[in-house]
Amino acid sequence: MTDILTLREPVATFTEETPPASIVRGYWQSVFYRLRHDPITLGFGAIVALIVLAAVAAPLIAPFDPYAQSIIARLKPFGWRDHLLGTDELGRDMLSRLIYGGRVSLLMGVVPVVIAAMIGGILGVVGGFVGGRVNTAIMRTMDVFYAFPSVLLAVAIAGAMGGGIGNGMLTLTLVFVPPMCRVAETATTQIRALDFIEAARASGAGTLTIIRYHVLGNVLGPVLIYASSLVSVSILLASGLSFLGLGVRPPIPDWGLMLSTLRQSIYVVPLVCALPGVAIFITSICFNLVSDGLRAAMDVRM
Amino acid sequence: MDYRSSDGSTIDRHDQYDHGGPAPLLVARNLRKHFPVKGARGKAVRAVDGVSFTVAKGETLGIVGESGCGKSTLARLLLHLLVPDAGELIFGGEAVGAAGGIAVKTLRRQAQMVFQDSAASLNPRLPVRDSVAFGPFVQGSTKDEARAIARDILSRVGLDPDLFGPRYPHELSGGQKQRVNIARALAVKPRLLILDEPVSALDKSVEAQVLNLLRVLKRQLGLTLVFISHDLNVVRYVSRRVAVMYLGRIVEFGPVKAIFERPQHPYTQALLASRPSMDPARRIEMPPITGDPPNPIDPPAGCRFHPRCPFVEAICETADPALRVVEDGKAHFAACHLRDRALGRGRLADA
Repeated sequence: MTDILTLREPVATFTEETPPASIVRGYWQSVFYRLRHDPITLGFGAIVALIVLAAVAAPLIAPFDPYAQSIIARLKPFGWRDHLLGTDELGRDMLSRLIYGGRVSLLMGVVPVVIAAMIGGILGVVGGFVGGRVNTAIMRTMDVFYAFPSVLLAVAIAGAMGGGIGNGMLTLTLVFVPPMCRVAETATTQIRALDFIEAARASGAGTLTIIRYHVLGNVLGPVLIYASSLVSVSILLASGLSFLGLGVRPPIPDWGLMLSTLRQSIYVVPLVCALPGVAIFITSICFNLVSDGLRAAMDVRM
Repeated sequence: MDYRSSDGSTIDRHDQYDHGGPAPLLVARNLRKHFPVKGARGKAVRAVDGVSFTVAKGETLGIVGESGCGKSTLARLLLHLLVPDAGELIFGGEAVGAAGGIAVKTLRRQAQMVFQDSAASLNPRLPVRDSVAFGPFVQGSTKDEARAIARDILSRVGLDPDLFGPRYPHELSGGQKQRVNIARALAVKPRLLILDEPVSALDKSVEAQVLNLLRVLKRQLGLTLVFISHDLNVVRYVSRRVAVMYLGRIVEFGPVKAIFERPQHPYTQALLASRPSMDPARRIEMPPITGDPPNPIDPPAGCRFHPRCPFVEAICETADPALRVVEDGKAHFAACHLRDRALGRGRLADA
């Protein structure tokens, strides 16, 4: 017989099936390695970094006071008397207002997403891991929010609560919790079915320990990727709310608000009026492309 | 109902499967697990339907059966990863989960499991040494102690802890991953290791290495093994005793030699006949049995094997056969009417 029985005597040494890999790399190390070798993501990441830096250092780099009005300097074109990017309908320097406007836009873009990722992430992980009725209760509640298009939902909530930066962020957070929750729940459900969770239970670990050591690390990737893609959506939604008068109040510089007020002057200085739109476009597309790069770097089949 | 065992003593019917060997480490009595079918009130998949056996200290018990016969469910019941609907589990002489017995947590310190899918049973985001150290850490060791245990156990399964410890599962081959899984299970120093198809996903050469590793570890660490597989050759190689399962029941149980050389149940005979043979003269053209196993939601009345049995008789369709001794003086049992000497059919239908 040439089956396994002929191997009855123990093999003395265990030979290795594959030669050892030369570089031992952890998951996050390999993600950074792939990111470092992705020029597109790196390039757009640099632009994002520049925008963030400009917003943070706005008082240092803005050439003029963004609130300083001038009756004679209204709606001037590019380069008029040191106003590199012209002036708006109240004679305020466009470059300074764009730089300061980035602060509000980034705040509105990042903060709601981060808070929603935390709330939605926790709800999703708990629902996905516990399963059963808890999961049904959480996910059906989220489905109620899902029934409305996100823009409509944002407008409705903002309209009911009134404008302002705080209310705007609250609105956007509420809009983003359901999708974040769904992403976390899906990832958790997939992980929960794998044998290593059962193995962890067999080692005597409790639910919280398993979530902490075995679930969170696996859910973080998808949540992070999705959150990064939501930042650009959030910036756009925030601009939209401001444009409709439901977000930031004048005279605070905000790209959406600037677009709204300048649109009446589009035939006077079209290029200047388009600037806030260009800023929104560049920022959101940069965040989108960085998010795509992140997805490519993190979403590897192991 | 009492009967004489090999050493001449009369033993209780409940302990009929423990035959004069060393003290049992694990006793399963009438374990049952039914999974309710959604949308069909009262219907259930009878995955494990009244299974009893003992595992003696230091032995290897093999459990064989085709897909869907309840092997994996049984494995999970033995660790209380699934809670049995009925029946009793006795570990080291104490009932598990019952008042006055040992807690499930204690059971899980002393019994561990290795799963079939070596990749899915390791956390892809943890270096394998952390996966191995997780068990001891959960059981109360400090992080440093747990790491030291992980190093020791990794080298025992033939993986250099410095070379392989920091690696992630995707950087290991299937055989290496399964070794890590064995290390992970052994890290909490269990007495009983349940192996659910541990080598089915490995190719033949790696399979032999892992099986030999298990033999060595069993001897070194004084382990008791429950080895579940659909591969008859593998089970024959590792086991001392074998249980053959069919549709949630044990249909034949006995020493490995008796089962493989003198199979008594028609199902076991068919299983053995279905093995591929390297000898052209022994090749069979026709499958020994045909058809799929019946639906476990609605198992056939009487003997569960009767719709596929080549020797079926009238009694098989009505009466459910019990496990009975089929060889004089040997702990060899089969659940088949055709083997029931009370009916005067002790030697019918020999293969």
